[in-house]
Amino acid sequence: MKFAYYPGCSLETSGKEYDLSTRAVSKHLGIELTEVPDWSCCGATAGHSTSHLLALALPARNLALAEETGLDVTAPCAACYQRLALACHELNQNPQLREKVNEITGRPFHGKSKVISILEVISSVGLEQIRAQVVKPLKGLKIAAYYGCLLVRPRAIQIDDPENPQIIEQIMQAAGADTVDWPHKTECCGASLAVSNEEVAIPMVSRILKAAALSGANCLVCACPLCHFNLDMRQLKVNRLRGTNYQLPVFYFTQLLGVAMGLNPQDLSLHTHFVDTGQVLKLVG
Amino acid sequence: METIRLNESEDRDFIERVSRESGQAVENCYQCGKCTAGCPVAFAYDLMPHQVMRMVQMGLKEEVLRCQSIWLCASCVTCTVRCPRKIDVAMVMDTLRIMARRKGMVPPGRGRNVALFNNNFLGSIQKYGRLFELATMAMFNLKTGQPFREANTGLTMLRRGKLKLSVTKPRGLEEINHIFEKVRQAEKEV
Repeated sequence: MKFAYYPGCSLETSGKEYDLSTRAVSKHLGIELTEVPDWSCCGATAGHSTSHLLALALPARNLALAEETGLDVTAPCAACYQRLALACHELNQNPQLREKVNEITGRPFHGKSKVISILEVISSVGLEQIRAQVVKPLKGLKIAAYYGCLLVRPRAIQIDDPENPQIIEQIMQAAGADTVDWPHKTECCGASLAVSNEEVAIPMVSRILKAAALSGANCLVCACPLCHFNLDMRQLKVNRLRGTNYQLPVFYFTQLLGVAMGLNPQDLSLHTHFVDTGQVLKLVG
Repeated sequence: METIRLNESEDRDFIERVSRESGQAVENCYQCGKCTAGCPVAFAYDLMPHQVMRMVQMGLKEEVLRCQSIWLCASCVTCTVRCPRKIDVAMVMDTLRIMARRKGMVPPGRGRNVALFNNNFLGSIQKYGRLFELATMAMFNLKTGQPFREANTGLTMLRRGKLKLSVTKPRGLEEINHIFEKVRQAEKEV
């Protein structure tokens, strides 16, 4: 299996755990990732909040670059995935618009490359295949799988059901973990409101942590660098501001898959989180 | 509570313009309130999502474009997937935000920092081609008059290699700058 790989800006910095673990797990599973040459930012929420045309043109440049590799493109970051997939969808639906956007980017995108989330890529290896690679089943982990918004909404690009997705649970169960049923798996973490208006985002993060704790989970698993940052870093802040004492490590699904497959912990960057991961990982042994 | 005089503030073209730009049949909204019920940020809004929809229908342009809600919308798209009338409510919110910006309206209250954040973010993309997290955050802190906001977090991240002091610029930086310019031009012509 070969894919063009679009890491996106966060995965070079605040979300580096996701980048490292995605590359390590993919390699182990025989998925060959070729970084999209000379990729640039997808524009994220700032882009589509500012200009519809800009929100198409910024991803379109990357779609064109990915297409030049002759491969379908995968993005681990939920925001990058959504922006690339939505632009791809809209440009394929509307050839006139595509022409206009191609003229703006100066790099023609023909709609040949498809955009696929890394969750779907890894899941397409097959749960049996994943199970066969597990050397250290994730015993003792009770996982609240957190999808957030951008992987499951809107409909045109959803990778799973928008209200009760299961793809993370299936992969984590294949790795030997228990997963909990809980109501907040697709509730918004506040996204960049956490920067611009933290007092609005704190209750949003707090609700998610509370629901995870009440469901009996001992950790959260996510697939988005911004969700990770809000749930991990801001967990300490929620505890300080709201007098709670949550101790819920937040993993990327690729990190735990790597643990289960016996990969080197350094390659999974398990030590760079804000909430300590050591205690919970001791349960796995 | 503010009284809205319909006979004074009505703008009959408004719903058409919002519908055309968003590609959404705003007139189909029948005020069930499902968008508001599911909105995770509604607790901080000044106008609820279903009120925004109704006010667009009524042509209350000024009232809608000067609300904080269109800026606080986190683009989670929950309203859209739950709308029984299949209206992409999140797209309508996007469109209103873009219209308010185009009219040069100063985002009120908490909207101010959202707009500032977005501008800083896009400024970084135009300048570097990718998001330079450290510089973008520092600039946001300076512009909002809180230079040491999250300083400890930043230091911890630097120590753990989760912040970089520089950014890897794409070679095609010219192309990206060109995209911004061309979009600006194209939007001027409309």
